[in-house]
Amino acid sequence: MNYSTLLIALLIALGAAYFLGRNRARSLAGQGESMHSLPTHYGALTALWTTLPPLLILIMWVMLEPRIVDALLTMQLPEAIRTASEAEVRLALSKVHNIASDPSMMGQSELGSVAAHLVDLEQRAAILKGGVILSLILLGVAVTWRRIQPDLRARGEVERIVRVMLFASSAIAVLTTLGILVSVLFEAVLFFQKVSPIEFLFGTTWSPQVALRADQSGSSGSFGAVPLFAGTLLISAIAMFIAVPVGLMAAIYLSEYATSRVRQLAKPALEVLAGIPTVVYGFFAALTVAPFIRGVGESVGLDVSSESALAAGLVMGIMIIPFVSSLSDDVINAVPQSLRDGSYGLGATRSETVRQVVIPAALPGIVGAVMLAVSRAIGETMIVAMAAGLAANLTANPLDSVTTVTVQIVTLLVGDQEFDSPKTLAAFALGLVLFIVTLVLNFVAIKIVQKYREQYD
Amino acid sequence: MTDSTMTTRQKVEASMRRRRAAETRFRLYGMASVLFGLLCLVVLFGDIFSKGTSAFSQTVLTTTIEIDGDYLDITPDSSESDIMSANYDGLIKRHFKNDVQPKGRSEARSLFSLISSGAGWQIQSQVLEDPSIIGKTVTVDLLVDDDVDQWFKHEYGNDSGSVRLSEKQLEWITGWIDSDALKTQFNTTFFVNGDSREPELAGIRGAITGTLLTLLVTFLLSFPIGVAAAIYLEEFAPKNRLTEIVEININNLAAVPSITFGLLGLAIFINIFGVSRSTPLVGGLVLTLMTLPTIIISGRAAIKAVPPSIREAALGLGASKMQTVFHHVLPLAMPGMLTGTIIGMAQALGETAPLLMIGMIAFVVDVPGFINDPSTVLPVQIFLWSDSPERAFTERTSGAIMVLLGFLIIMNTAAVMLRRRLERRW
Repeated sequence: MNYSTLLIALLIALGAAYFLGRNRARSLAGQGESMHSLPTHYGALTALWTTLPPLLILIMWVMLEPRIVDALLTMQLPEAIRTASEAEVRLALSKVHNIASDPSMMGQSELGSVAAHLVDLEQRAAILKGGVILSLILLGVAVTWRRIQPDLRARGEVERIVRVMLFASSAIAVLTTLGILVSVLFEAVLFFQKVSPIEFLFGTTWSPQVALRADQSGSSGSFGAVPLFAGTLLISAIAMFIAVPVGLMAAIYLSEYATSRVRQLAKPALEVLAGIPTVVYGFFAALTVAPFIRGVGESVGLDVSSESALAAGLVMGIMIIPFVSSLSDDVINAVPQSLRDGSYGLGATRSETVRQVVIPAALPGIVGAVMLAVSRAIGETMIVAMAAGLAANLTANPLDSVTTVTVQIVTLLVGDQEFDSPKTLAAFALGLVLFIVTLVLNFVAIKIVQKYREQYD
Repeated sequence: MTDSTMTTRQKVEASMRRRRAAETRFRLYGMASVLFGLLCLVVLFGDIFSKGTSAFSQTVLTTTIEIDGDYLDITPDSSESDIMSANYDGLIKRHFKNDVQPKGRSEARSLFSLISSGAGWQIQSQVLEDPSIIGKTVTVDLLVDDDVDQWFKHEYGNDSGSVRLSEKQLEWITGWIDSDALKTQFNTTFFVNGDSREPELAGIRGAITGTLLTLLVTFLLSFPIGVAAAIYLEEFAPKNRLTEIVEININNLAAVPSITFGLLGLAIFINIFGVSRSTPLVGGLVLTLMTLPTIIISGRAAIKAVPPSIREAALGLGASKMQTVFHHVLPLAMPGMLTGTIIGMAQALGETAPLLMIGMIAFVVDVPGFINDPSTVLPVQIFLWSDSPERAFTERTSGAIMVLLGFLIIMNTAAVMLRRRLERRW
């Protein structure tokens, strides 16, 4: 039985168990018994005990089956492969899987017998799986059916189970963070066993090409990530140079000057900019902005790269404008009117009030907003992947082509991967740096924004 | 120098000119910033639309061609597989050779290159649909090559030549135009075909189906989990350190770069759990984790907006905490939760970066049928096409972007309408 049939079986069991439990409670009540809970509670209880245990077993099965099968197959592999490197074993295993899925290849390879064993194993596993799940379903129905008696406190039990399920759902968010951290950390540690962290963090040449065979000439790859950090910072700085003044002034204008009509129209219109997918910005940057900048540069005699940092940074800045403006808008609105009134009372003009009273009062919140924007700029991928280059130049010239951490992660991981080459692992090391930097930025920024948003309430 | 002789009032008045000018300047900066933002929006949309509108029309060549049963070696009674494998490309080549009379092989080759390589499929599908046309002469609208399509749609009529077409080719094309054989029609291919290396045959149906399947998985997982998590955190969680950590965590997760979710998907879902790559299933799993924080945060806000009096009334009538939440709070908070979910789905719809990591960038021609078929999604298709050098692909990329933006506008409008219609003020 495959997984989708089993899931459908579980779904049917869910409905059937609910009606069975409910009707049992009703018939007991019809015999004049006084039940503790409502019939629906007994139905829900039966349904939960019938479907939850098999579902959990099924999820564990999905996770464990491939590993157990592979371990069993490894023992069947020819001695020569088994004693060779781990990579050879993995290669042989994937060959076995290929052969097993195409019976016509069975006789053609020395691994044919192992593949036949795999087919046999899979068949046995499917029968075993179906048997275990079905018997758990029947067991659940039977046991709960017996348990349904007038004094069974079904409501309390159902509510306790549901509460655990609710808790499990909210734990997924924490598990996600842990999952990101563990997966990135695990591969990054493997990487740092091959390349020293000092070289990675402070080296100034980045060329991740590694020779495929030992006898091949060519570079052995160098993993100094400084050019990537510099490129990321350069593009983010250009983006901030656009987004911070424009976003901040737009927020000030909309909250302090604009009539409510203008505000009602302009605010959502600006927020549309934040809703446009980044791949669209990337296309716009690569096909419209970059050629435009190149054209302008050439007309004044500057040598502009066709994948300049300026184009990517500019478009990224446009994308971040609504981000800065709506967050700043919130903190500016949180500044109480009494501060403004006091300033006007002393004879200050509107702009003087804004500059000398409102902005200083809102400053921590604005700083938080800018930090969140920076973290977004650093982590932005599509715009730079499409508009910035791949050349790891260490330069501060915005007209040159630079590359960023995110672009390199994408480049290193798209296409075929080998999980033991430093090239692939380097992407995870870069991911670790990216994750830590943005996490720290977000953490501090969210704290600041929350703290100063409430200050005047 | 005269300061000491001036009164305060005079001093203030003397500075008023400067201060008023500063005021006006400041106001103008603000206005300019808002206008700059709006201008960017207009330029962006204008650029995409001006490039993309022509993707919705396609040039076809109307020609009458004899479905020569002898040449194709089939009759109306032939089996389907015989009809499938007949040499329709040869038939078309022979037809144009007789029609235009090119001199020599190289001229013939440049003539054939004007017709799309998919023209044979067109005839084939017509014959399959109605085998009785074998032996008859039929009128067909054949797709032309993307170079001809681009030239006819953009350059024809402004007297310029073409970089991609030779003098001789232009002469044939002008001949067709003079006999009214060349015309543009609505580009149905764009909506019914999967991806292709040939621009005139490339369509977005595969990508759209992939997107819908991926979003289906995302919705089925993230909506129940997100709602459950929001209920737990808002109604049941004890106010302690653990809950605080979970809360901080969710806020942080909402701001983590999307690409790290791709790394998670690659390392955990694909490498450890062995989910197959490039499938809507693994894409949906990754996007679920990404949209969960959005759904949880908006769900909590919706639950918070339900006044305590509702809960107290229910509890007072003897409902349990769980009954209060599921019978009274949740239905009232549902519109807000749905709005948040739609916004989360819209984010997931536009997301590209994490999907690149989990192999959804593969070149997939077939339209996926189920969540475990290899497929791509619309944003990734846009990314793939934007890399292609052909001008016809630029046009199709913009067309695909317009479709994507159309979906986003529909979803966001739905969210706004839902909020307006169902939101209650207490």
